Amino acid sequence: MAYIRFNNCSIVGMSAGVPRHIEPTISTTDQYAVEEYMATTGIIEKRFSNDYTTSDLCLPAAEHLISDLGWNKQDIDGLFFISQTHDYILPATACVLHGKLGLPKSCMSLDISLGCSGWIYGVATAMGMVESGSLRKVLVLAGDARKHANEEPDQLFGYAGTVTAIEYNPHKSAPVMIQLGTDGTGYDAIIRPGGGSRNPLTQKSLTLEKCEDGRMRHALQTRMKGMDVFAFGITIAPKSIKQLSKEFGFDYLDYDYFVFHQANRMMNETIRKKLKLDADKVPYSMTHFGNTSSASIPLTIVTQLAGKLEDRKKIIGCAFGVGLSWGTIAFETDNLVISPLVELPI
Amino acid sequence: MEINKFIENFADQLNDTEISEITSTTVFKDLDEWSSLTALSIIAMVDEEYDVILKGDDIRNANTIEDLFNIVSSK
Repeated sequence: MAYIRFNNCSIVGMSAGVPRHIEPTISTTDQYAVEEYMATTGIIEKRFSNDYTTSDLCLPAAEHLISDLGWNKQDIDGLFFISQTHDYILPATACVLHGKLGLPKSCMSLDISLGCSGWIYGVATAMGMVESGSLRKVLVLAGDARKHANEEPDQLFGYAGTVTAIEYNPHKSAPVMIQLGTDGTGYDAIIRPGGGSRNPLTQKSLTLEKCEDGRMRHALQTRMKGMDVFAFGITIAPKSIKQLSKEFGFDYLDYDYFVFHQANRMMNETIRKKLKLDADKVPYSMTHFGNTSSASIPLTIVTQLAGKLEDRKKIIGCAFGVGLSWGTIAFETDNLVISPLVELPI
Repeated sequence: MEINKFIENFADQLNDTEISEITSTTVFKDLDEWSSLTALSIIAMVDEEYDVILKGDDIRNANTIEDLFNIVSSK
């Protein structure tokens, strides 16, 4: 069972980068009005730009955070990049970022291909290497931005790149507790089918075909079985939080904030009500940033909780989606450094 | 589980359709306001009221509200 407890790791800083350009939600179907779409998804607007890749958004956010933490780049031993929109098919984007950040050759760099659940997986992987003290200072970069084929803005998704700094800290008082899970039988519930080895890129990859929701898409665009993903999310998120609290013997209701993957408002509100959480404990960034994939939890903390974490605060993060894959993390903040949101020019 | 209450719960998820317009034999996908968003509301309602999780296929395989009621009852 993937229950993991880290006693010697601290999340010490967070930052995020987004395009400055704001794309308002518009109706792209005659099925429903834009007001109805906004009421269901909660998404009023999002950040969008085809000028920046995910790594472009992460890079200045990382520079700001390193500076705000007062870290020396020579001390950074690990860079983890979690995204499903990498710069190139190869090399790994983590290596590209390593070079641009000017990190030392002693620093390991690794890409992880996950979406919605990615930040928790990235933090868990990084902490797995930090826990023993072998690595002391690492960066987890997570997000998604410009797609692999030039696309109009999707009404649900916004672009963001985030950075989370993790440090070896054997003297901390509270552990970080994580549960991770997978249901690979649902691999095609959210899928961008073309351009990989299963369906290599050909001229036909750009042929539009009718998807389950009645919309036309080509093979390099993401399609989603919305009802199944919704059913999955409202089932797995409460279950995962309850399982984690049972495994480690704590009451999740004692936590100060619950930061969920910003899927859509109806899904997140259903989850919130199932867990009987007060609305003021559940911040949202989706209203102005959309669903930002693996960036959603750190982006929500950076944009909604900065200034509210001065004392120690107990946070549960829970994310679920493409894979199907999910994770829950419980941790305490202790002088968490949050850099101001970095907005990249149009 | 009672079908009249189910119809009532179903109607609560609709904005433009009166409950008087809905019966157990209503083909819900033919309702003017039916959309992929309404489907999510129905899944959320069934979860909250009946503690049952409907899948996409359950919605797809049902035509009338009674069909859906029977699927929820069988789970």
